[in-house]
Amino acid sequence: MKTNYLMLHTITRIVSFIILSFSIFLFFAGHNNPGGGFIGGLMTAAALLLLYVSFDIKKIKKVIPFDYSTIIAWGLLIAIGTGLYSMLFGYPYLTQFFEYYTVPIFGEIGLKTALPFDLGIYLVVVAVALLSILTIAEDDT
Amino acid sequence: MSTLHFLVLAPFIMAVFIPFFYKWFRQIHTGWFVLALPVILFIYLIQYLPMNETPEPLVVPWVPSVGINFSIYLDGLSLLFALLITGIGALVVLYSIYYIANKKDEPLNNFYVYLLMFMGAMLGVVLSDNLIVIYVFWELTSLASSLLIAYWFHKDKSKYGAQKSMLITVSGGFAMLAGFCLLYIMTGTFSIQGIIEFFASNAVFNEALFIPAMLLILLGAFTKSAQFPFHIWLPDAMEAPTPVSAYLHSATMVKAGIYLVARFTPVFGGIPEWFWIITSFGLLTLIWGSISAIRQTDLKAILAFSTISQLGLIMALLGIGSASFIDHIAEVAIIAAVFHLINHATFKGSLFMVVGIVDHETGTRDIRKLGGLMAIMPVTFTISIIGIASMAGLPPFNGFLSKEMFFTGVLNATALDIFNVQALGFIFPIVAWIASVFTFVYCMIMFFKTFTGKYQPEKLEKKAHEAPIGLLLSPIILASLVVIFGLFPNLLSNSIIVPAIQSILPYGPETYVNIYHWHGLNTELLMTVGVVLFGSLVFLNLKHWQEATFFLRERDPLNRLYDGGLEGLVTVSKGVTNVQLTGLLRDYFAYTIVFMILLLGWTFFRFDALAFDFINVSEISPYLWIITGVLIVTTISIPFIQHRITAVIAVGVVGFLLALLFVVFRAPDLALTQLLVETVMVILFLLVFYHLPELRKEKFKPVFKMTNLVISIGMGLMVTLIAFSAHAMRHDVNFDVISQFFVEHSKPLAGGYNMVNVILVDFRALDTLLEVLVLGIAALGIVALVKLKVKEGSDV
Repeated sequence: MKTNYLMLHTITRIVSFIILSFSIFLFFAGHNNPGGGFIGGLMTAAALLLLYVSFDIKKIKKVIPFDYSTIIAWGLLIAIGTGLYSMLFGYPYLTQFFEYYTVPIFGEIGLKTALPFDLGIYLVVVAVALLSILTIAEDDT
Repeated sequence: MSTLHFLVLAPFIMAVFIPFFYKWFRQIHTGWFVLALPVILFIYLIQYLPMNETPEPLVVPWVPSVGINFSIYLDGLSLLFALLITGIGALVVLYSIYYIANKKDEPLNNFYVYLLMFMGAMLGVVLSDNLIVIYVFWELTSLASSLLIAYWFHKDKSKYGAQKSMLITVSGGFAMLAGFCLLYIMTGTFSIQGIIEFFASNAVFNEALFIPAMLLILLGAFTKSAQFPFHIWLPDAMEAPTPVSAYLHSATMVKAGIYLVARFTPVFGGIPEWFWIITSFGLLTLIWGSISAIRQTDLKAILAFSTISQLGLIMALLGIGSASFIDHIAEVAIIAAVFHLINHATFKGSLFMVVGIVDHETGTRDIRKLGGLMAIMPVTFTISIIGIASMAGLPPFNGFLSKEMFFTGVLNATALDIFNVQALGFIFPIVAWIASVFTFVYCMIMFFKTFTGKYQPEKLEKKAHEAPIGLLLSPIILASLVVIFGLFPNLLSNSIIVPAIQSILPYGPETYVNIYHWHGLNTELLMTVGVVLFGSLVFLNLKHWQEATFFLRERDPLNRLYDGGLEGLVTVSKGVTNVQLTGLLRDYFAYTIVFMILLLGWTFFRFDALAFDFINVSEISPYLWIITGVLIVTTISIPFIQHRITAVIAVGVVGFLLALLFVVFRAPDLALTQLLVETVMVILFLLVFYHLPELRKEKFKPVFKMTNLVISIGMGLMVTLIAFSAHAMRHDVNFDVISQFFVEHSKPLAGGYNMVNVILVDFRALDTLLEVLVLGIAALGIVALVKLKVKEGSDV
C-alpha cells in the first residue's frame, strides 16, 4: 500500500528550508549575538533530520550524497588547521585574529579567524548528530 | 641550528624520502640511496679527529622554560660513539643491500625507514647534552629496534622477540627518566655538563635523592645493555634480519647503556655503590653470558650470548675504572673499556655478518648441521678466523690487546685499598679468568663446528657456495680493521681513546695511552696461556659435558620468569577489566557519579570551600516558583513511571523547563542550545523507540535501590552545595569573579560582543576543539557498536 503524505512533504519542504536558512543565520550570528557553530550545527542537523524523517532515508541519501564520517574528519581538520595558522606567525596555538571594517550601508563588519574554526565545529556537530542518529535508524535487527 | 644538529636530524629527514625512492625507483635497491647518508656523516665526523679542545654545547631552545633544550655536545666520548654509529651503519647498509634481496614482497622501504630512524635516534642519544632529549631519543631507539626485530612480522618468534625487547628496554628507559628528574630536582638543570659542574663544585643538594637517582639511571642502562638479569631480550632479538643484529644488537644500540654509564661516571663515579653495583653486575653478566653461549646450537644465539658477555665485560671495566677518582691505578680499566668497545664493534660486527653469510648461502645456522665449510667458502672462513681469534683473545689481533688490558684492570682492582675491595677483590680476576675460558670454548665451538669436520650437504637447504663480493665487502673491511688495530693499536690511542677518557674522567691527571703487544712474561700473559690451555681441554672433553642436564636447556631459565610475569599481567588485567566493565550503563553511571561526588567532596573539605550566605538574594517571583515546582515534581515522578512514552515525555518536560529557566535568567545561548538538544533528542527517541524492549518492572533488592538512591541524592546535594558556595563566594573580597574578565575583554581581545561565543571559539578554543574531538570519537563509537553486532558473551 502506498501512502500519500502530501501535506507532510509539502510542509517539510518549506519548513526545512526556513530552518536551514535560520541555522546559517545562527552560525554567522555567533560572536556578537546568540548563535555560533555549535547551535547552528544542531539546528542544521535538526532540519536535515526532519527531511530524513518525513521522506525516507534512501531518497534523502541520494539528494545529500555525503559520507558523514568523512565530514567529521574534515571538520576536525579545519578546526585543528586554523590553530596551526597562528603558529606560523609565532603566536601560541589557536590564537584568533580579528579586524573590524566600517562599510557604508552594512555598518560595522568584522573579519575573524574564529569563523573558519567555528566552521570546523559546525561541520563536526552536524555530522556527529546525523551519523549517530542515522546509524541507529538504519539498524534493523 | 648548527651542522651537528642537522647531522642528528639528517637520518630522519632522509627517512621521509625513502618510501618515495622505493616507489619511484623500484628497479634499484633502496639501500643504495640510504648508503650515501652514513658515509657522508662518517666522513664529516672523522674530520674532528684528533679531538683536542673541549667544545661548548651548541644550544637550540626547545622548551627553555623548564630547561629542555636541544643542545649538542661533541666531546671525545660522543665522537667515538658517533663514529661507530655512522661507520658500522655504512657497512651494515652496504651489507644489507646484498643480504635482503629486492623482491616483490619484501617491504624494503619499511626496513630502511626503521634503520634510518634508529640511526638518527642513536646519534641523538650520544650527541645530546640534555637529559630529556636523550630520553626521547633513547626511547626512539627502543622503538626502532622493536620494529626491526619484527621486520618479518609474520613469524611468531619475531613478534615475541620484538615485544620482549620493547617491554624490557622501555620500562628501563622509564626508570631512567625518573632518575633524570631526580637529578633535575637536585641540580636544577637537565644539561649533563651542567650537572657534572654542579657536583664538582660541591654545591649543597638533597643528598637523599642521590642514590635513588643513580639506581634508576643504572636500571635504564642495564636493561638497554642487556645486563643480567635483563639480558633475556637480546637472544630473542636475534629474530631480526642479520644486518640489524650486527648493527643494533651488537655494535651500537646495546652499547647505549655503556655510553650512559660512561657519561655519568663523572657524576656518580668515586662512590662505593656505583663501583660495586656496576662491577658485580658486569662480572655476573660476563660469566653468565659466556657459560650460556656454550649451550647454544644456533650460531646467532652463540653470538648473542657472547655479546651479552662482552657487554658485561665492558660494564665491569667501567665499574672498576670509576675507582680512579680516588686511586689512579684503576684508570687502565677505563682505557681497556674504551679500547674493547671499539674492538668489540669490529670483530663482533664482522662475525655477525659472517654468520649471516653462512645462513644466506647454506640456509641454516645450526651448528649440528653445518661443517666442512672451510674449503667451500674460503673468504668467509678467513674473515671468521680473524674475528673468532680476536674474540678469543689471541695475538696478534686487537681482541688480545684489550683482553690483556682487561686482565690488568681486574688485577689492579685487587690492589685497590678502598670500598672494602681488599676483602672481596680477589674474586674479580678469578671470575674474569673463568669467563675467558668459556669465551675461548665457544669461540672454538663456532670455528670448528662450522668450518671443519664433514660437509653434510644433505642436511642443508641450499648447496653451499662462496658469497658474492658485495656481501663479503663489509666483513672484509671490519676484519682488516681487526688486524690493523691489532698491529697498530696506537692509531687509536691518541686520536680517539684519550679524548674519550678525558670526557669520562674529566678532572683526573693527563692520560697517557700506549698499547703494545709484548709486556714481558707477566701475570696477564700467563692468564691468557692458561685460558688457551684450559679452554682447549674443556673443548676436547665437550662431549662429556653436553650430556649434563645443564646443557640440554638451551633457553635461559630467567625466561620463565618473564613469560610467567607477562602471562600473569595479562590475566590480572583481564580480571580487573572484567570486574569493572559489567556492560551495564547503570554501573558506569554509578562509577562516574560516585567519583565526581568523592572528588568534589574532597575538594570542598580540602580547601574549606563550603560557604553559605543569603545577602543580596533577590525576590523570587511567583512564576519562578511555578516553573521550579513543576520541574521538581516532574523529575521526582520519572522513576515511578511505568510507561515508556510517558517517561520520555516527562524527561522532555524537564528539558524544556530548563530551557525556560535559561530564558528567564537571560542566557539565550544556553536556552537555544538546550531547546535544540531536546528537539534532536525527540527525533532520536522516535527512531530508537521501535528497537527498545518492553519496559518491565524490574525487581531489585532494597540494598541496591538504597545505594542508587544515596548516589543520586549525593550528586544532587553536591551540585546544590556548589551553587550555594559559588553564590556566597561572590561577596568574598579576596575572590575575583572570573566573569568580569570576560565582560571587559571579550570585545577588545577577541573582537566579539557575545561573551559565551567568544569564550567558545577564542579564549577557550582548545577546550572546544577537544570537545568536538570527543563528539567525533563518540559518533564513531556508536557506528562501531551498531554495525559490529557483538554477540552476547563474546568480547570486543
